[in-house]
Amino acid sequence: MNKKRAFDVTTLPGFTFIAILSFVLLYAPIATLVIYSFNGGNSVNQWGGFSLQWYVVAFNNQAVQDATVRSLIIALWASVISTTVAMMAALGTTRRGRFKGQTAIYMIINQPLMVPEIVTAVALLIFFSSVKIATGYTGLGYLILAHSAFCVPFAYLPIKARLEGMDTSMETAAADLYATPWQTFRYVTLPLLLPGVIAGAMLAFIISLDNVIITEFVKSAGQDTLPTYMLGQLRRALTPEVNAISTALLALTVLILIAFVFLTKKRE
Amino acid sequence: MNTPIAVDARNIGKIYATGKDAVTALGDVSISIEKGEFFTLLGPSGCGKTTLLRCIAGFETPTSGSIHLSGRDITYIPPNQRPVNTVFQSYALFPHLSVAQNVGFGLKMLGKPAGDVAKAVARVLALVKLEDFADRLPQQLSGGQQQRVALARALAPEPEVLLLDEPLSALDLKLRKEMQSELKRLQTETGITFVFVTHDQEEALTMSNRIGVMSQGELLQVGTPHDIYEHPVNRFVADFIGETNFLEGVVEGHQVRIGTGDALDVVLDGQVGAVTLAIRPEQVSLTTAGAGIAAQIAETTYLGTDTHYDLKLGDGSHIIARVQSKSAGTFNVGDTVSIAIDAKAVQVLKS
Repeated sequence: MNKKRAFDVTTLPGFTFIAILSFVLLYAPIATLVIYSFNGGNSVNQWGGFSLQWYVVAFNNQAVQDATVRSLIIALWASVISTTVAMMAALGTTRRGRFKGQTAIYMIINQPLMVPEIVTAVALLIFFSSVKIATGYTGLGYLILAHSAFCVPFAYLPIKARLEGMDTSMETAAADLYATPWQTFRYVTLPLLLPGVIAGAMLAFIISLDNVIITEFVKSAGQDTLPTYMLGQLRRALTPEVNAISTALLALTVLILIAFVFLTKKRE
Repeated sequence: MNTPIAVDARNIGKIYATGKDAVTALGDVSISIEKGEFFTLLGPSGCGKTTLLRCIAGFETPTSGSIHLSGRDITYIPPNQRPVNTVFQSYALFPHLSVAQNVGFGLKMLGKPAGDVAKAVARVLALVKLEDFADRLPQQLSGGQQQRVALARALAPEPEVLLLDEPLSALDLKLRKEMQSELKRLQTETGITFVFVTHDQEEALTMSNRIGVMSQGELLQVGTPHDIYEHPVNRFVADFIGETNFLEGVVEGHQVRIGTGDALDVVLDGQVGAVTLAIRPEQVSLTTAGAGIAAQIAETTYLGTDTHYDLKLGDGSHIIARVQSKSAGTFNVGDTVSIAIDAKAVQVLKS
């Protein structure tokens, strides 16, 4: 420990108190939600004893089942597509040296992080409705495409970080050892990049799984994903079933995030 | 002199960036490296030696001039199509591949059958004495072992020319000495042309058949270690290779008169006017006061086998003498001594 450090926020008075308060404010609502998912009663805020009944109800609910499958299909496709695009973008932006308009390119790639989501949602709604009229196609493709698009920056960032931490001398060495550019990518760049790619895909998967606004605007009738189904439920009677679904979703997300942290940390 | 030429670089120039920011890394360098030779490019950092090496490897394209490999123009051929391999300063081993996979990488990329690759890998690993480490990952090896893997990886495809970019700079002194003789042995055994880049003059002197001394993007002198050490062409080379005393003087007949008023016998080669004398410290002999140049001992440094004497001359200039510690008597600070220098040991350089 360096005692001479000029400023250390942890030594300020009230630091512990504020830190604990912040965590409580952050997690108390989630804790409440999780606790009430085990409620034996019919209320989301009156305790009626411990029970797993709402998990059973949710599990046996055909609409929930359909929405879950749909969510997973979309998230899977969106993460694969967006990660592929993001990887190409990351290779293009980090493996060519500095170039003119680099900042502009970064901004364009990360555009979904900055443009208000509702704007993108409305834009996609209008755009896809014309495409629907023109082509007659009404499947899940629109949702997959829309999700792929806004997942790109989330997949891009960990891949780019990994690439920037990777020495180009590996690629130089591969080229020196007779590897063509494609072989260099296949046998050297990609294996070394893999933890970043998987991390990016996981992040994209979670982001897609969780999306409401764009999905709500883009989906056709009968294309509810889990989040939009839950939103729909809120307009009717609110039962702890929603808590149960939320808790299951939370558990899945936490699992993926733990794996993500593990993967990104392992390289050190 | 009819040795075939392995690498022939003709008028290589390399300028980075353009306009005001332009940096000349290589001026106009021409060099012919013979087949089977251990050739060292020697110079301080930033002299352009690594740039020249990267031009031969194909990682850089020269701005002007051309590079020929065994008579073929390879100036614009990409690195993966050149029968040239590199041992990198950072080793650049593939961390996700085992030692054997690293060593076999080049042959695999060339499309050699797996059996041949395995055989070649075993042979090369034996050459660098790493047979027992084939299945390890690079990060499980010591620095010296990683160095050998890098060497084995570059040797496995049996390149026409092996380029070595300061490969020993990360090793400690003892290991470096071992690797120096190891490299020399490998070069003799394989008969491959080695082009070695270093800033370490001792390394260059002990290992090379020929040395090219570079400074500021120019090739100053090419010659055997003996040539370079005994007959440096200018002050930079004399100063860079080994320790050297410089004395300013003026040619007078067959002698050079230095600042103290003393006249030194030298071997002149047509030089007139102001000259610089380069004298190696081991060529300066000391006797108790008598004939010769008078000097006073300003400092002594005991170095084991040798003792260094810092001598102050009559005009205030200094000269270093290196004397074997056990020879003659020792001198102490303040003693007045007399310096004698063999005429043949004095290099006369243009000022």
